[in-house]
Amino acid sequence: MEEKTRSESYRRRRRSSLLDRDIMVPALIESLTKLDPRWQARNPVMFVVEVGSVITTIIFIAGLFRGASDSLFVGQITLWLWFTLVFANFAEALAEGRGKAQAAALRRARTDTTARRLVGGREERVPSSQLRKGDTVVVEAGDLIPSDGTVIEGIASVDESAITGESAPVIREAGGDRSAVTGGTKVLSDRIVMEVTANPGETFLDRMIHLVESASRRKTPNEIALNILLAALTIIFMIAVVTLQPFAIYAGTSVTITVLIALLVCLIPTTIGALLSAIGIAGIDRLLQRNVIALSGRAVEAAGDVDTLLLDKTGTITFGNRQATEFVPAPGITMDRLVKTAELASLADETPEGRSIVSLARRFGADGHQQAGMAFIPFSANTRMSGVDVDGRSIRKGAVDAISTWCGCPTPKQLPEAVQERVEAIARSGGTPLMVAENNIVMGTIHLKDIVKPGINERFAQLRKMGLRTVMITGDNRLTAATIAREAGVDDFLAEAIPERKLELIRKEQADGRMVAMTGDGTNDAPALAQADVAVAMQSGTQAAKEAGNLIDLDSDPTKLIEIVEAGKQMLITRGALTTFSIANDVAKYFAIIPAMFFVALPELGALNVMRLTNPSSAVLSAVIFNALIIVALIPLALRGVRYRPIGAAALLRRNLLLWGVGGIIAPFIGIKLIDIIITAVHLA
Amino acid sequence: MVVELIGVALTFIAVAIGAWYLGGFMVKVFTGGRTFLHPVLRPVEVGFYRLSGIKEDHEQSWILYTIAMLAVQVVSFILTYLILRLQDHLPLNPMAFSGVAPDLAWNTTVSFVTNTNWQNYTGEQTMSYLSQMLGLVLHNFLSAATGIALAVALIRGMSARKLKTLGNFYVDATRAILYILIPLSVIAAFVLISQGVIQSLDPYQTAHTIQGSTQTIAVGPFGSQEAIKDLGNNGGGPFNANSAHPFENPNGFTNQFEIFLELLIPFALVVTFGKMVGNIKQGLAIGGAMVAIFVVASGIAIGAEQVGNPALTAVGADQSRTSTQPGGNMEGKSVRFGPVYSANFAASTTGTSTGSVDSSHDSFTPIGGMVAMVLIQIGEVAPGGIGAGLYFMLVFAILAVFIAGLMVGRTPEYLGKKIESKEVRLASLAVLIDVLIILGFTAIAVLAPAATANGGGPLNPGAHGFSEILYSFSSQVGNNGSAFAGLSGNTVFWNTLGGTAMWLGRFFEVIPILALAGALAGKRVVPAGAGTLGTDRPLFSGLLVGVVLIVGALTFFPALSLGPLLEHFQLAANHLAH
Repeated sequence: MEEKTRSESYRRRRRSSLLDRDIMVPALIESLTKLDPRWQARNPVMFVVEVGSVITTIIFIAGLFRGASDSLFVGQITLWLWFTLVFANFAEALAEGRGKAQAAALRRARTDTTARRLVGGREERVPSSQLRKGDTVVVEAGDLIPSDGTVIEGIASVDESAITGESAPVIREAGGDRSAVTGGTKVLSDRIVMEVTANPGETFLDRMIHLVESASRRKTPNEIALNILLAALTIIFMIAVVTLQPFAIYAGTSVTITVLIALLVCLIPTTIGALLSAIGIAGIDRLLQRNVIALSGRAVEAAGDVDTLLLDKTGTITFGNRQATEFVPAPGITMDRLVKTAELASLADETPEGRSIVSLARRFGADGHQQAGMAFIPFSANTRMSGVDVDGRSIRKGAVDAISTWCGCPTPKQLPEAVQERVEAIARSGGTPLMVAENNIVMGTIHLKDIVKPGINERFAQLRKMGLRTVMITGDNRLTAATIAREAGVDDFLAEAIPERKLELIRKEQADGRMVAMTGDGTNDAPALAQADVAVAMQSGTQAAKEAGNLIDLDSDPTKLIEIVEAGKQMLITRGALTTFSIANDVAKYFAIIPAMFFVALPELGALNVMRLTNPSSAVLSAVIFNALIIVALIPLALRGVRYRPIGAAALLRRNLLLWGVGGIIAPFIGIKLIDIIITAVHLA
Repeated sequence: MVVELIGVALTFIAVAIGAWYLGGFMVKVFTGGRTFLHPVLRPVEVGFYRLSGIKEDHEQSWILYTIAMLAVQVVSFILTYLILRLQDHLPLNPMAFSGVAPDLAWNTTVSFVTNTNWQNYTGEQTMSYLSQMLGLVLHNFLSAATGIALAVALIRGMSARKLKTLGNFYVDATRAILYILIPLSVIAAFVLISQGVIQSLDPYQTAHTIQGSTQTIAVGPFGSQEAIKDLGNNGGGPFNANSAHPFENPNGFTNQFEIFLELLIPFALVVTFGKMVGNIKQGLAIGGAMVAIFVVASGIAIGAEQVGNPALTAVGADQSRTSTQPGGNMEGKSVRFGPVYSANFAASTTGTSTGSVDSSHDSFTPIGGMVAMVLIQIGEVAPGGIGAGLYFMLVFAILAVFIAGLMVGRTPEYLGKKIESKEVRLASLAVLIDVLIILGFTAIAVLAPAATANGGGPLNPGAHGFSEILYSFSSQVGNNGSAFAGLSGNTVFWNTLGGTAMWLGRFFEVIPILALAGALAGKRVVPAGAGTLGTDRPLFSGLLVGVVLIVGALTFFPALSLGPLLEHFQLAANHLAH
């Protein structure tokens, strides 16, 4: 809970810094430099607008020399066509600006430091840029970690805020899944020896900077497909517009090039064409604001498509440790006695289980304290029990078979029948039974249970509505797993999971055509991460895990997967909404421009002027202005994304079709009419 | 009026019932199932394969399927072209017609090969019985079978079959002819002949009129031709007047029966589609969109024709309906049918790719005529030509899924198959080609001086003349075959350009669609879930209609505004150029 608040406040901090002048001013400048046709050529829709703008500019200038009567009109059209391009560029530059600001902040963390390299047992000081893979380096409190690496000796607390934004230090130690350290982070205490795992320019920080900066460069598969559709629509409308001139000539009239270009620009899908790249960049950026680094835009897009979520039980679904939930006295023993004995046995037990027993006992009114004369027996893997010897009382608690042996019953079968039954019932329900005994007499049983995180049930119900299947992964036996799975409301579970079975499960899901997402942090997760379609590696995880993932969660929060899926969906919805809107807009534009085109020669077509626009010039101009302004109006939406609601595909489609499809048909009728009223009032046409 | 509307409604109900059963029957035919016709027809089928060396089990990739399809078209094209050119040297020519001129033979042969049946000639004054029966009727079957085969190939590509192949063109076409087209046209021919449609191999009859003059009455073996003309969405009638001729379409019943025949297979294929992809609702959603467009279009056309010509009302003519007069716009219509049945026929013949007519579309009110034109321009998808309607509608379905499907937050998929760059490229290409050829060829025709050479070109000035040209290319590219007949088309210019438009409209259209089928074939199917776009719901039908209208029809809005729309407003304002 606390963790969440912290990352939230951090998120706010980053977000607020994004709309300031540091981003706006460069974006404005860039929107002009991006008018370079070589840049525009990447985007067929906007390239057509640029070619049109150049042509009308030439017509305008030529008209000035000839003293053409329509120069005011042509000039205004030209101006608004250029505006259309600038607005599109601005949207893209703004989206990129956020990433650039982020990259600049990261770059500050990548200052060159001096590393203490160990060569043959001797330390030598070298610039961090000279470190190579396999070098061994010593880092002490106060030092910046010079490069990515694995701790091979020692334990230290490390401030990783330069990368995660999280100010609370984390522990890094040799061996296990917390051995990875990242260049640019700072050791706060102690001393570690690490092995460098990345060459200069390939470190995590380098990759992150590169990713953030180049987010716009590579198009995702869906973006490419959408671009093809937009290009095809552009060609279709070009055919419609180009052939209109011969038809007009046949009808005994003709249309000026300026008006034809205006019609073409209004019809081709400029709204989505202008905002498409910004939407993609903003999608990656939104994840960045949630402290998730997308190693490719493809991963974000794939996140929206995920069908199956593999979630680790521990830490994601449950709190990650078993807690005492129930005391069951043995026959002839009072509850009070059991509670007090259990509390005594656990007073010195600092494991989460031990503490949970004490806190449960306190709720039953026990109030024991550690006192002099208490000899605590620590837990050992050998005896599998712990306890205390005090005042001649010998108290033990531990695994059922260990305690029964201690009590003199070689097998649990020889325990009192009631106790036996209870033990079996607890095990059947998926819990873990612990037994408490005093002086070889069984006092009773403690029911230890995995506690499912509150609210997780609703979360899974929501996921189900989103069309996602959740599969819980756990090392527990089937019985325990089934209980937790039922309680948490997951759709399926994989018990006694070992890395191979995890991998097998992913392959099987994929063979059925499903896309799989998972999180992981350990080295043994790496093969599964590499196989999954969307693989979120924890920043706290090992190097191997991070290399296998295609997204990295800096907060190392496994529930983040759900937000990632939402972000992916949001990006796709935003694209779809603006594409639909853009195409639906065309209806009104036809009704504005077609009657205006032929107003003089074929006045009967004035009947199509359903908006009652003032005159042909104002009609064409209004449509072009609307077309340009709608881009600006939709920039915030493109950057923010259309909200995703987990209400099921059918309801979502109905809602969005109404909003963006039907709305897209109606909105321009109103918008164009309003603009017409204004430009008529100020005598611009 | 009420009686006629009931007649229209009954026709639609009959189509629905017929399509349901035929659709299921076709599933069996094309998935190698056994039908009740097998005991009789299977030996014929096997015998044919053995004679022609077709390997029944040989699966073809989309490229091989395309090559096989084109090869059949080219060979049959050459055959028919030669028959037409040489008909004076061949038997069954009792009226001793001369060989058909090269440009007309090109236009006519292409026209029949492509299922267009555009007719720049007067059948009873040009074609020998052999030309009609072998040269043309052959294609009435073959082109219809080709359409069915192509639709089935696309369905196979879209279905969950694991194969990367599309089936075997020769087998599909053979089965379409043998199990579907022949049995149905035999039944239909008997029904039509029983109602008075002519079936005779005699020479033309000479009648002595009351005034004492003589009149030549053309006859022929036309009952059988009439059946496949409508059933196969061909539309090329033996008589110039087509289904307005009493020997082709004697009464109100045959009129509605012919409408039934036109609509039967296109709608049945929708059922076949639903069943072959394993979810009949998918077919119903597609069919729903077709019905919506078709019914609204029919309604507008019927309304426009029944209301009649405002210019006539303005000068005091009474066009209202009385007990003895059908009222409405009766110019170019038969009194047997009146405005309602005629408009219904027009919508059916252009909603499908039939192109037969029971009245003169050229004489329709501008709005009535525009309905016919728009139904063709949107690619004939309501319900569309035999096979062609389904495959073109599926192209729109893919575009609809791609445009709006993103709004549910997944990369678009149709029938569980992801729609990616390749599919979008091919689907867009199909739509683009349609627009390019119709508008491009119309632009050439309105500008080229050659268009008006030798008395060719539109007979009417102004907007209506433009409509005639626009309609002609819409119809030829769409492989419809109906016309605003005020266009003189039997000149070298129109024959050549039109023939080219038909060829491109059919085969350029089909290649991207078969490639699309190839791209989809064998693609991994993603199981549907709560997050999947439901393409089997009425909402999707609505979306599909929207995409057809906005992407398909709006492109033609500028052109239409200079044709029928302009004419309509001029008529309303009484400004018509005479």
